[in-house]
Parts: sequence; C-alpha cells; structure tokens
Amino acid sequence: MAQTIAVEARNAVKEFGSGASAVRALDDVSISIREGEFFTLLGPSGCGKTTLLRLIAGFEMPSAGKILLNGQDITYLPPNRRPVNTVFQSYALFPHLTVAQNIGFGLEMQGRPASEVKATAARMLALVKMEAFANRKIGQLSGGQQQRVALARALAPAPKVLLLDEPLSALDLKLRKEMQIELKRLQLETGITFVFVTHDQEEALTMSDRVGVMSAGKLHQVGSPKDIYTRPVNRFVASFIGETNFLPASKVPGGVQLGCGAVVEVAGLTGTGTTTLTVRPEQVRLATQGEAGAIPATVRNLVYFGTDTHCYLSLSDGAEVIARLQSPSNGDVGLETGQTVALRLVQGAAQVLAD
Amino acid sequence: MADRNFNATRLPGFTPIALIVFALLYLPIVLLVAYSFSGGYSVSLFEGLTLEWYRKAWENEAVQSATLRSLTIALSASVIATFCATLAALGTTRRKAFRGQTFIYVMINQPLMVPEIVTAVALLIFFASIKVATGYQGLGYLIAAHSAFCIPFAYLPIRARLEGMDLSLETAAADLYATPWQTFRRVTLPLLGPGIIAGAMLAFVISLDDVVITEFVKSGGQDTLPTYMMGQLRRVMTPEVNAISSVLLALTVLLLTAFFLLTRKND
Repeated sequence: MAQTIAVEARNAVKEFGSGASAVRALDDVSISIREGEFFTLLGPSGCGKTTLLRLIAGFEMPSAGKILLNGQDITYLPPNRRPVNTVFQSYALFPHLTVAQNIGFGLEMQGRPASEVKATAARMLALVKMEAFANRKIGQLSGGQQQRVALARALAPAPKVLLLDEPLSALDLKLRKEMQIELKRLQLETGITFVFVTHDQEEALTMSDRVGVMSAGKLHQVGSPKDIYTRPVNRFVASFIGETNFLPASKVPGGVQLGCGAVVEVAGLTGTGTTTLTVRPEQVRLATQGEAGAIPATVRNLVYFGTDTHCYLSLSDGAEVIARLQSPSNGDVGLETGQTVALRLVQGAAQVLAD
Repeated sequence: MADRNFNATRLPGFTPIALIVFALLYLPIVLLVAYSFSGGYSVSLFEGLTLEWYRKAWENEAVQSATLRSLTIALSASVIATFCATLAALGTTRRKAFRGQTFIYVMINQPLMVPEIVTAVALLIFFASIKVATGYQGLGYLIAAHSAFCIPFAYLPIRARLEGMDLSLETAAADLYATPWQTFRRVTLPLLGPGIIAGAMLAFVISLDDVVITEFVKSGGQDTLPTYMMGQLRRVMTPEVNAISSVLLALTVLLLTAFFLLTRKND
C-alpha cells in the first residue's frame, strides 16, 4: 500500500476493574490510521473511543494487544516519551502560566533552546490568531480562546499525531462551527495526522477524511464519510449516522421481498432467509400508480421542516417508512393524511444489513 | 410565606443571642489587650495609659529566651510538619482509592483526636527513656513532638488544595514531554504553593500556642512563651503577661488572616 500508516492499534483490549466487576471498555479493536489524514472516532458516550485515544497517548496501557506508531511498538512507552500530543476536552491549560508559556511548555520540556521555544510559540500564536494574548493568564481568556491556546500548545512540538478528545463539546454552536473550519485549516496547513474523537455525527461527516464508528467497545466500520453514510455495514452504524428506515425483508433471487409483498432489487445478494433492508428517507420518492417497482403506501403524517417535508407512510403490512420530500416553492407537497400513494426507492440506494 | 426556607436569622431572639455570644468571645480579649496598656500593677484595674509593660516584657531576659525558643521550635516544627504533610497529601490523593485509605487518614489525623494530655504523658515516658539512653537534653524532643502534632494541621489545607486541582493538568504535562519530576516541579508544586504556605502557617501558629505537650516534654530551663506565662500565674500576675499575650495575639491574627487570604477559593 502506498500510504504510510501513522498509528495502529492491533487487537487492543482494555478492561477496567477486575474479576466479575471488570468492564471491557475496548473489545479487540484493530485500526490503522494513515499519515496526514483527519481521522474521526465516532460513537455514543461510553463506546470506548476516548479509551482508544488514551491508549495512543499513553495515559492508559492496554490489557492486551499493541499500539504502534510509525511501525514501532509504543504500547508501554510513558506519555512523555511519545511524539504524540493531546487536546483535552477540559483544555487542561496551566493556570499559573501565561498563554505563551503554555504553548512553549512542550518544547521547553524537550530541552530545546530558549530562542527556539520563543520563536515557535510566536509562530503558533500566529497560526491560531492569538498574537495579542501572548502574555495573558489562562483565567483571562474565553472558552473559544482557551480552545485555540490548547490547540497551539499541542501543535507546538510538531507531534507525529495530534489527538483531540471532544475538544469542541464545551463551545456554543456558532463557535463550534467556526472551530470546525479552523481545525480543518490547521490540519491541512500543518499536515499532521489528526485523530479526533466525537459523538457528533455531523462533525464527523463534515471534517473527516475517514471515520471509525464505535459502540460498546467495538469498532463497527471504518470508511470515508460517504461510505459509512451510504453503505453502513450494520443496524448500529445505519441508525447512529443520520436518519434511516429499517424494513424487515426476506431474500429472494435478485433482491429482497418486503413484508407487503413488493420486491426490491439488490445487487450481489446471495442466499436466502430473513434480513433487514435500510434506505435513507431522502432516497424514498413518490411514484405514479402502476409504475414499475412502485410500492403502495398510506400517508400517516406530514411534518414541514422548511427545505423539506417529512412524510410518515405505512405499507400494507404495517411497516413504517419515512420519506423526506423536497418542499416545492409554495411549501405544499400536495399530500393529505390518509391518502393512498405509491412510492419507490432510488435505484441502488437500498442496503441489506448484515444484522 | 409559609413555604419560605428555614432561616435562622428569623428566629425570635436571634440578634440578642448573637450579640451575647460575640461579647463573651471577644470582650475578655479586648479587656486583656486594654489592660496591657494600664499603668497600675493590677491585671483587672485600669490605672492610666502606658507602654511600660511592653518595655518591661521586651527587656525581661526570661521572656527573651522563651520567645527565641518558641520561635525556633515553631519554625523547625512547621517546616518538618509541612514537608511530611505535603508528602502525605500527595500520597493519599494522587492515586486510585486503595484498601485502608480511611485507616491512613485516621492515622495522619490522630493528633486531632487523641486527647492532648494522653499524647503528652506518652511522650514524657517515651522521651525519658531516650534521654537516659543517649544523654541528649536539647530542644530536639520539643521539635519532634511539635512536628508530630502539627502534621494534621498542615495536611488538611494541602489536601484540600490537591483535591481541588484538575488531575488532567498533570496528564497534560506528561503529554507535553515532562518527566514525572518535571511535572511535579513545574505544575503540581506551583499550583500547590498556596496550600503549602497556608499549611505551614497554621502549623506555626499551633506550635507557637501549645502548652500541654510542651509542659510535659520540656527539660529544665526550656520554657517556651506559653509555658513561661503559665509559670507566671503561680507568682504575682502583672500586666506584663497581658502585654506578651497581646503581642502573641497580634502575631496569630496576622498569620491567620494571611491563611484565609491564601485558602480563599478565588485566588
């Protein structure tokens, strides 16, 4: 493979506690993060994403498995000897030091000459647009400013990998959007590998080159944002990222048959038995009666969202489907509750889930 | 009206009771200070304004040597106690909860709970046998005894400070290439500073003030200021004692004010 791997976890297991009360925070996770990419670990709280980050940083040691950095085993190396820096959720800035001293701390600890520490701190301040605050104490900064200082402090020693532990969660929505753009810019400018932890699926989709979706200590899927949205491997990934419809179905030659009897074409499907079909609400369209592949349905409810209207439908077997219809210029999609319509699924949009 | 929260200041008689309590607490002290400026020989009769008793106390060689001894002991004991207390506080807060943690707390705070007279008698017997064995008669016994009972007073503010400190700061220092020693030296210690100074000052005041243990442990001619003053009670009491007390009071108030300023939350 042409791309170099920056960080790798091999069969990493982390258990907290011991005996019967042991909690498995990380359950046999293997992952490869490429050099220079913006990688996001996405999952609900308690899914193990922060634990994985702490294993890479060296704050925790795995119960089993290995952590590699540029191919070298760093599993048991203490955090101060890993060329990896962290942006903490709480920022963890040193309150007794100034902004410039905070940013220079890592370089100073590495024993770099004072002139270099000063020059790098100044460059980092400029990078995060905080030049005017060099001599302020941390307590005199707003949350957004502290966030920038925390980023500058972690970037200053030019780490091989930058770890970000939900750094935007304490900011308000407007500032969060701003920082998302800022983070992406910093990552492109520095070329450093970013490993970003979040529970916010929108954040993950908009910023990342690749996303790893986790839950209950397991890594479910790794892929580009488009991959995981359009080709989720299982029910958890499909439901955690965006809204989706789940329809019970059984495999038939060439596709699956829904409970109402309609057959949906799915390519490359083999075998028989029951399965689940998933389709995003924006891939459900209205069809004209009698059109090939049209499925009859009844309108149950309509909710207007501005740009689109959510149409809650039920099929003849009672299965529920949500369709997200684009609102026309007058805002009226021309449907009424109780009306019988025909719907179709956009070709190739429906996915069969493994479980 | 009926649903209002319980408020003690609304109870009948609250204000008069509060005033009486404050008067009982502070009036004797105010009188003590006032009589230290009295011209007469009585400690309970005011006869003209003078600084005579302050001069007398200042020139009294017994007071001089007792003061010097008190300060030597208090200074040594507070330094030793604060050092031990800092290590104890780091050892009990900077790690995961362990078996017997409560037992350790109790052990560290033992001097706060065991009756002082019991400790005093125990030390008297214990040190007596060492004196016999070694022949050493110096201030070391008093310094050792004071250090021991000052530890919990120094420990409590230091531990409070450590517990209020964000653990992720130390994690962040380690993440930024600081060795454990550098982390302690550059992050933990500077942040702990106010707690350590507060603990040392509290220990200093407690040592300066001690009578019971000192009285039992001291050898002949090792009077500290408080035991010297107590000795004076058996003779003729003059306002000289008031003058010494007033200076001691002023010093204590000064140190305790500094203590409260240092332990304030918004520093």
